[in-house]
Amino acid sequence: MQQHNQIAAVPYPQRSFLTRWRESDLWWSLKHSPLALGAAIVLLLIVLGAAFAPLLVSQNPFDMAQLDLLNAELPPAWEVEGQKEFLLGTDNQGRDVLAAILYGSRISLLIGAATVALSFAIGITVGLAAGYFGGRIDNFLMRIGDTILSIPTILVAILVTSMFRQILPANLREAMAALILVLAISMTSWVQYARTVRAATLVERRKEYVQAATLIGVRPLKIMLSHILPNTLTPVMVTATLNLGLAILVEATLSFLGLGMPATQPSLGTLIRIGNQYLFSGQWWVILFPSVYLCILVLAVNLLGDWLRDALNPRLK
Amino acid sequence: MATPENAEIMVVADKVTCLFDVSAPLLNRLIERQPRRTLRAVDGVSFEVKRGTTVSLVGESGCGKSTMARLLVGLHRPTSGEIRFPGEGGRPRVQMIFQDPYASLNPRWRVRDIIAEPIRTLNLRSGEDATRDRVDELLVLVGLSPRDGEKYPHEFSGGQRQRISIARALATEAEFLVCDEPTSALDVSVQAQILNLMRKLQQELGLTYVFISHNLSVVRHMSDRVAVMYLGRIVEEGEANAIFANPQHPYTKLLIDTIPNLEDPNRDRKPLGGEVPSPINPPPGCAFNPRCGLATDRCWKERPELMRQSDGQNVACFVADTRIPFEETVLVSEEV
Repeated sequence: MQQHNQIAAVPYPQRSFLTRWRESDLWWSLKHSPLALGAAIVLLLIVLGAAFAPLLVSQNPFDMAQLDLLNAELPPAWEVEGQKEFLLGTDNQGRDVLAAILYGSRISLLIGAATVALSFAIGITVGLAAGYFGGRIDNFLMRIGDTILSIPTILVAILVTSMFRQILPANLREAMAALILVLAISMTSWVQYARTVRAATLVERRKEYVQAATLIGVRPLKIMLSHILPNTLTPVMVTATLNLGLAILVEATLSFLGLGMPATQPSLGTLIRIGNQYLFSGQWWVILFPSVYLCILVLAVNLLGDWLRDALNPRLK
Repeated sequence: MATPENAEIMVVADKVTCLFDVSAPLLNRLIERQPRRTLRAVDGVSFEVKRGTTVSLVGESGCGKSTMARLLVGLHRPTSGEIRFPGEGGRPRVQMIFQDPYASLNPRWRVRDIIAEPIRTLNLRSGEDATRDRVDELLVLVGLSPRDGEKYPHEFSGGQRQRISIARALATEAEFLVCDEPTSALDVSVQAQILNLMRKLQQELGLTYVFISHNLSVVRHMSDRVAVMYLGRIVEEGEANAIFANPQHPYTKLLIDTIPNLEDPNRDRKPLGGEVPSPINPPPGCAFNPRCGLATDRCWKERPELMRQSDGQNVACFVADTRIPFEETVLVSEEV
């Protein structure tokens, strides 16, 4: 006993989160994958650009008081008529396209992230319950999921948004637009999370550490949350990353169709729709730059998701 | 180990039967006109375990011994029959030591938290300091150091993980441990360490074990009593020494004959022919008859019950039943 107490006095080295991350396989894998590293840097820049938009551009493009019609329809700065103040040109109301993109990417990213968060929450709840309890509960929940998956995401989203438009009074529509979009997209995308979590739960539930916890008398809810859930999260992280790109795209599609964000608080999709109107009058910059920006954003997210899927796959290690 | 004669009885299994429904899904059954199919994992098993002793269940894989373990700890419910704990204070704390030391510990938890979980769940100590002290005490008890508590399971070997599992089971202050092949996944040298630890703990804490194994050398080392299972039924039960010295049932004889012997490594061993029949569709009569060299007509028609023999062993076999005059049984070989 005496000897053991002496050993106990020597502390086991506690490593900080940062040290552990720098020693982890994931960081090693990221360092050795230039494509993923590039995508991560691009994504980081886009997020920083969205977060610090007011500091990066002088104009708030959606404050009418700051717009000057004299600056309308200016081409990008490198064109003959371009001005240095408006790097990527302006639209027909004198709105700086660069500023509009940075402010628009804020809304796109926020809606994307909120959609992922909501479908993640619904998905893991349903998936855990289905996988843990099995039987009829499993059948019931998963058949709902199958039914939803048999309808295209965009159709469900159109149905839900137009339904809300009918229900809500006109003055609330614009204020609630973002929330409705998040609900509409999450309505279908939770199924993927639920399936992933359910599959992982079925595997973990049979493992002996879960049975040991049952024997100790740990309540089912606690077993699900503290034992099973942490061990199912790895595959869900991949789904979440890939779905972030998808959610941003669906939101852009809806906004482009006029069912998403209104022109007063435009996302990248809304900007593309607005730019589309000026395409034939020769102002190509109004549609080109938001489109390219959206492409880069979604591409970066997807490349990162692909890398994560490979990096977390134990068979490829 | 001598069995204390008047020891209190810890657990009684009374004609325990456990069936599993292994039918095809409803739609397939309707279309292909298949009947419902049931698997008789455990079929009318009775035995008792005295406090402070070890009873081993042995048999080949698929004989229902693991299902019996799960029934004893309450992970499955018996389809019929019952498991009773006749001692005062009702059901004692029962814990299980699992076979696979790599799956029985949550990979994302520190060992300290794994061992503390029962203490916290059952409120066995008040306050974090007392819990911490208890975890240190348990780690030392199973031969680890308190420093090991800060590590994660993957930093340990199979034997050390099994020590952690034992510490977690003891953290509940369990009196009765069901050990489902606790050493079969370990190296031989480590097996002995774990078995000696379990025996030491039994003597110090007065634990009761039901020990499940297919390894007869391990069983001989550990048990007071042995029950040999075949296809969900006990075919022979008795004191460990008596069973190893004088096996009665032909199946027990075959099993004991397959133990490697260091003194006589190349002895002429009878190969154990055939496999365990399917528990979904067991053969009629005595389930062992397809593999038994002594099977008679009667063995194909009637099922032998477990009978107490004159020397105190319980055997389920017509041929080995010493109470039946041998003349009445006709050997198949003579008939042919």
